[in-house]
Order: sequence, then C-alpha cells, then structure tokens
Amino acid sequence: MSPVNTNAFDPPKAGPWVAIGWLSFAFFVFTQVFAVMTSPADAMMGHLQKMMYVHVPAAWVTFLAFGIVLVASLYFLMKEDERADLLAASAAEVGSLFCGLTLVLGMLWGRPTWNVWWSWDARLTSTLVLFLIFVGYLALRSFVEDPQRRGQWSAAVGILGAINVPIVWMSVRWWRTLHQIQSNPRGLSPEYLRGLLLNVAAFTLLCIWFIQRRYVAARYERAAEHASQAAALGGNDE
Amino acid sequence: MTSKKTKWGALVAVGVLAIAFGWLIYGGLDSNVVYFLTPKELAAKGEKGYDVPVRLGGQVKPGSVVWDDKALDLRFAVTDGTGEIAVHSKGAPPQMFKDGQGVVVEGRYGRDGVFQSTSLMVKHSNEYKAPKAGERPAEMYKSLMKSTKT
Repeated sequence: MSPVNTNAFDPPKAGPWVAIGWLSFAFFVFTQVFAVMTSPADAMMGHLQKMMYVHVPAAWVTFLAFGIVLVASLYFLMKEDERADLLAASAAEVGSLFCGLTLVLGMLWGRPTWNVWWSWDARLTSTLVLFLIFVGYLALRSFVEDPQRRGQWSAAVGILGAINVPIVWMSVRWWRTLHQIQSNPRGLSPEYLRGLLLNVAAFTLLCIWFIQRRYVAARYERAAEHASQAAALGGNDE
Repeated sequence: MTSKKTKWGALVAVGVLAIAFGWLIYGGLDSNVVYFLTPKELAAKGEKGYDVPVRLGGQVKPGSVVWDDKALDLRFAVTDGTGEIAVHSKGAPPQMFKDGQGVVVEGRYGRDGVFQSTSLMVKHSNEYKAPKAGERPAEMYKSLMKSTKT
C-alpha cells in the first residue's frame, strides 16, 4: 500500500506573508505609540480618549472580517469551492476575536466615562448578538463531520451573522442608545483623527495577516481530513 | 455532487431565513425597546409612570446641580428642552458629570415628583476636542466638584 497521496494538495506559499506579518506588528506598535504620544487629553474625558485608538479599530476590523465571511460564504454556496469555505471560517475566527476585543475594550472605556461596565442598549446588545452568532458558527463547524454539509450549514449561519453588521452599525441611529453615534472627521481634533486613522490601517493589516495565516492552517487541516477519509475508504485509488 | 436545483434551493432558504431574521431583530427591537424616556414622555405616562423601573434620559439642567459631599447626596434636574424632572441620586457623580451633560438615570419616578436614581450614567457626545489653552481636564473636574458643594 502506497503512502497517502498528498500530491493533490498544493500548500499555499508563505511568500511575502512572513515579511508582511513582521511589518504589520512593527507598524501597529508604531501607530499605538505615535497616537498616544502625540495626542493631548480630551477636554471632556481627559486621557480616557486614548481608548479610541484600540476600541474603534477593533470594531472596524470586526466588520471587515465578517464582510469577508459574507462574500466567501456566498461564493461557496454558488461555486462549491472548498477554499471559499475555509476562507470564511478563517475570517469568522479572526472576526470573533476582534469582536470580543471590541466588547471588552468598550467595557473598559465605558466604566470610567459612562459610569457602567455594561448597559442593555441597542448598540451593546446587537454587538453581543453578533459575537454570539459567530461563536455559534465556530461551534457548529466543529460538530459537523461531513465537510460538504459543514460548509453549507456554516455558510448559512455566516451570512445570517454578517447581516447583523449593518444592524450594529446603524443601531446608534435607529434607536436611542447610551452609546454615542459614530464620530465624523469634523467632530475630531486633527491630532486625534490622525492617530485613529493610522491605527485603523495597522489593525486592518494585522487582521488580514491573521486571516491569511489561519487560512493556510485551514488548508493543511482540510488536506489531512481528505487524506484520512481516503485512507478510511481503503486507500487512494485515483 | 449536489445538483443545481438543491444549490439554488439552499440559496433561497438562506435568503428567506435572512429576511426573517432581520425582521425579527429590527421589528422586535423597534417596537419593544425604548432604551430611555425623555422627561416629557415620562411625565406624559401619568399614573403608569410612577414607581416602576424605568430609564430617564436628557441633559443635566444647567444650574440645577446640588451636591452634598458629606452625605454623598446628589440632586439635579434632567431636561429635554421642553420638560424637566428632578432627580435624586446617592454617591459621587461620575467624572464627566456636569451642567449640560447628557445623562441616563435608572430608577423609579416617585409620586412626589422626584426620580429616585439607582444608577447614573453619562451619555457623552461623539466629538473629541483638545482642551483650549489654560484648560486642564483634571482641574475642570475638581473645580466642578468645588463649585457644586453646598
């Protein structure tokens, strides 16, 4: 009996991704230090304003990651390309991480400014729902054995979850909330806006890098899954 | 291999689920969840507005803040420009609390016309501005606490 055929799997090349990873981390450290060092205390909330440089970018890349889940899930349902399923799963995992981070950082910011860690307003509640849907998405994937089914079911949940993103975004305008509405560039002093945009860029790079790394790992996992299934069925005949 | 038919069936199912889900969230929240009432709305509830857990939101009416730092007793009025309701709260106010600041208070509206607050929250704006020359945020808070002592 020949060893399990791995020729069918062409592992994605690391290529420039190692360098992109290091540069993203270095850029992130720079933008954080730069933003904190160059911005004065806010007239209202003092240095608590610095939370802006982590909470807001984390929320932004959460939306980005779940947007990737939406596009990849739709593509998977139409083309049945398993790579799209793996990309959706990778983006969902990274998105969940940043969504959890957004919630925790928001709570840390809310306690000293709003005077509470948490309140059940529409923005906070809808963000928690978004987080829980994607935790459910990840749980679902680990429960379904058949890759085809797993892909279809999780694509459905991923699309439903992503529909929440515009709801979370609009929640502060559709309903009365404790959370303030989105800031716009005119409402921010330039020294805050500069640091914020730089950090959004840094978080975006990191998010894409995380998703890429996770996607490569998922490709290897899937190849191993196919190989073990082929072995269980009596070897690789093709 | 899945046929074309099941593929489109799955897509339609997802579409239907998505619409149902969106309607549930949006429709449900829209009709049931009003995070806070304005002073005018709470007053308009009449009998039904008294002695039930409710959130009241608006601005701290300038000049209405009375702070007793010995008894940690805070009184102020919440206004929405048209109506106003007197609020009583225990404990030190949060750092950002001041005249004209947006606030949301949780508690019960008493028949004596005073809202007894159990939780005082600050609702701040979406603007972030560096202080003007000579202003120091920490000192602004201290001077506020001094000026509101009685």
